[in-house]
Amino acid sequence: MENNKFFLQRYGLADQDLERYLAAALSAGGDFADLYFEYQYTTSISVDESMVKSATQGISAGCGVRVISGERTGYAYTGELTPERILHAARTAALIASGPSKTPIAGFKPEAARSLYPVAPSVDAEMASKLDLVQRADRAARAFDSRIAQVRVGYADELRHILVVSSDGSLANDTQPMARLNVFCIAKDAADGNSARGSAGGGGRVALDFFLTEKTPEHFATEAARQAIIQLGARPTPAGEMEVVLGPGWPGILLHEAIGHGLEADFNRKGTSAFTGLIGKRVASEKCTVVDNGTLPSRRGSLNVDDEGSPTQNTVLIEKGILKQYLSDKLSARLMGIPDTGNGRRESFEHIPMPRMTNTYMLAGEDDPADIIRSVNYGIFARTFGGGQVDITNGKFVFSASEAYLIEDGKVTAPLRGCSLIGNGPDVLTRVSMVGNDLELDEGVGTCGKDGQSVPVGVGIPTIKVDRITVGGTK
Amino acid sequence: MLTAEKNSKLESDLKVFAQDAVRRAIAGGATAAEAVVHEGSEFSTVVRMGEVETLKEAGSHAMGLRVFFGQRAASTHTSDFSPEGVRQLVEGALALAQLTSEDPHAGLPEPELLGSASGDFQLCFDDVYSLPAEERIARARRAEAAALEADPRIRNSEGGSFDASFSQKVMVNSLGFAGEYKSSSCSLAAVPIAQVDDSPMQRDYWFSVARTLRRLESPEHVGRVAAQRALRRLGARKVKTARVPIIFDPLVSRSLLDTISQAVNGDAIYRGASFLAGKLGEKIAGENITVIDDGIMPGGFGTSPFDDEGVPTQRTTVIERGVLKSYLLNTYTARKLGLKTTGNAARGLAGNPGISSGNFFLQPGTRPPRHIIADIRQGLYVTEFLGFGVNLVTGDYSRGASGLWIENGEPAYPVEEITVAGNLRDMLHNISEIGSDLEFRGSTAAPTLRIEGMTVAGE
Repeated sequence: MENNKFFLQRYGLADQDLERYLAAALSAGGDFADLYFEYQYTTSISVDESMVKSATQGISAGCGVRVISGERTGYAYTGELTPERILHAARTAALIASGPSKTPIAGFKPEAARSLYPVAPSVDAEMASKLDLVQRADRAARAFDSRIAQVRVGYADELRHILVVSSDGSLANDTQPMARLNVFCIAKDAADGNSARGSAGGGGRVALDFFLTEKTPEHFATEAARQAIIQLGARPTPAGEMEVVLGPGWPGILLHEAIGHGLEADFNRKGTSAFTGLIGKRVASEKCTVVDNGTLPSRRGSLNVDDEGSPTQNTVLIEKGILKQYLSDKLSARLMGIPDTGNGRRESFEHIPMPRMTNTYMLAGEDDPADIIRSVNYGIFARTFGGGQVDITNGKFVFSASEAYLIEDGKVTAPLRGCSLIGNGPDVLTRVSMVGNDLELDEGVGTCGKDGQSVPVGVGIPTIKVDRITVGGTK
Repeated sequence: MLTAEKNSKLESDLKVFAQDAVRRAIAGGATAAEAVVHEGSEFSTVVRMGEVETLKEAGSHAMGLRVFFGQRAASTHTSDFSPEGVRQLVEGALALAQLTSEDPHAGLPEPELLGSASGDFQLCFDDVYSLPAEERIARARRAEAAALEADPRIRNSEGGSFDASFSQKVMVNSLGFAGEYKSSSCSLAAVPIAQVDDSPMQRDYWFSVARTLRRLESPEHVGRVAAQRALRRLGARKVKTARVPIIFDPLVSRSLLDTISQAVNGDAIYRGASFLAGKLGEKIAGENITVIDDGIMPGGFGTSPFDDEGVPTQRTTVIERGVLKSYLLNTYTARKLGLKTTGNAARGLAGNPGISSGNFFLQPGTRPPRHIIADIRQGLYVTEFLGFGVNLVTGDYSRGASGLWIENGEPAYPVEEITVAGNLRDMLHNISEIGSDLEFRGSTAAPTLRIEGMTVAGE
């Protein structure tokens, strides 16, 4: 059997074993059962105060068993991949159902293979090469400006093998690499004693040479140091409603918080999202088209198959301002009678899958970014953000700018500190009056949290202008 | 679910297992080594609209190993407890340590500092894991039902939930320290949604968490409070940008205490990444502010007999009448700063130990919260913060908020889509009232607070 080479070789898991476990999962009935096997290998190395203070590696493996009966989900997992423990987990998950046993479909039909990240896994590269990356970043950040007082650089990668088999006969496996380099700087001005921070990072489902050819350690180090130095001279942010221009790339977090979470099918199935019942309605200006695309090569949020074994896809969420579709997993698709968009994701074998975003971004428009800035009399230009958060039910979202400037008379002027933006998901995009022709995706730093589960995601946006949003400053 | 007898057997097995890994690391050439083993089981259930939505039950274990070659360190972790898994764990750590730098401050704690605090810490109770699944489900169902029945405007729900967990931790090192403890936890929550006609929905929650079922609030109480919290948000509006007195509700005050605990974290201090770096012995807050970190409070969620380096936990006065008296430190940061560890080392499975607070709280005042509200002619009572707008380096603080507008000492109407901003340096000096209502719901706690001089941004 060629269906699951990795788990067959390492744990002797043959197809007949998988069928036996699925049968145990359906031993008390239920509509559906699946098994999720995961083996994850991680390495990391970091430099702090120019010393290599930490080097780590780790292994985590296990199996999660899910049984669905109507709207009920039973879940159990084990970190020991032995037949006894897996069977025990299967029988525990089976307790959610109560009826005569069901028989899973015999003979698995493997999901057609796709290859969005056909790279040499960086976890297998020499640790010495990873060490070189972090040391180069450390040197570059310190060389940027004598006021850079502290530099911390971390490199981390992982290789995750997954195998998902279901009682409907579907089988999918995938090998998912991930690598990331992060730089954190503190700048200190000896003259006035002020300090400020800056950070940058990125990566994706890439091989180690990505950091040698595409985004070098010097690139991230310079960006982090530049931000910290700019923040040294930042002044307090004004407070109140005003025009705001978002720069391209990572500010796409606006879409993730304001729109994306509210469109996850589980919230809409339960009627708890501010977007419930808005399919076909206008939720954005005509200039806005927003997609969730899990099929971009090498991206942090991309997947060949989701964590339920379904192929990911490019889903149009908002087309020219009109809400088109929710993001779904298998359960919500079945209960709502909508397509499964391949957005069923989970943090690990210890977690129940649910609808999650992949790479969420707005398509490019026609405006020249320079014209967008010029059109603002008095407002804010937000170039980079820290984290954001949303209340799904009332739609209110917040995110904090880590690099923002005042716009006065059509020109970007003073850097600002302590700037956050707050708005309302279902109407913020209706106030988008200009969309730039400069779509950028973020560099590969996003991690999304929902219900205590973290998964890697991507975001992107062209330069846009929001006519009115509340800016949370102090002045 | 594991039974108690089975656990105690496993426990001593785990200690021997961890000691074996340490011995092998030393045999492989390491000059010092430390191993930590976590084993736990969890149960959780969500009941939504009266029906069981999810039921989850499982157990897991993992081991982390840290080795030293002189003053070079490296670490590995695994969930594979097979002989092959342990071999990889040990060999991996020994190989990685060849890559890291000599760090003059790295190493295990001084041997004389190792040990366990003594006393009955009341961390583990049988009732949490002996409760049958049906009764756990029943509690979740009762909590949700109480919320749904509280008022006809409660029209939907994200459910009622009951969670139970049981864990044990083993910690050994090559200096002869070997410690272990078990802990239990249970929690109950309800998340109702309120709505009138087609106006916007409002969701809120309430929860109770304890180490024993006996200390858990009743499902009915949890459900009713959750409903009241969702109902009071109905009809929320924005307000005009203004500078007014702000009252932090205890859960909101708690987040401010979390921020303070990060600002006194030794890691942030030695790097100069905190606005409180270098301020030991200085007045950093008002005379009325005293903050304690208590790692030995019986039954606390931040309580343990020893920290994650095998140093006894302790009670530390962090801020006393406005003066910064102590940082929170582990061995490494204490050496960096020329101080003594406060027993706050915390580690996951991988990497060097970090720092976490024990039971971290602001000493309560004497005034009941309703008196504090009654004093306000015009102001904002914050019930929730949204987002992460806190910069520990500069102290800048700008967060999304919702709450109640206060007029003439009474709640007038709910507000949302506003921000509250200031700077932590000023905020700590501008706390003008401290409530008497200190209550632990987790390891960090603070009473109701009134703060002057912050900006509310709205229309």
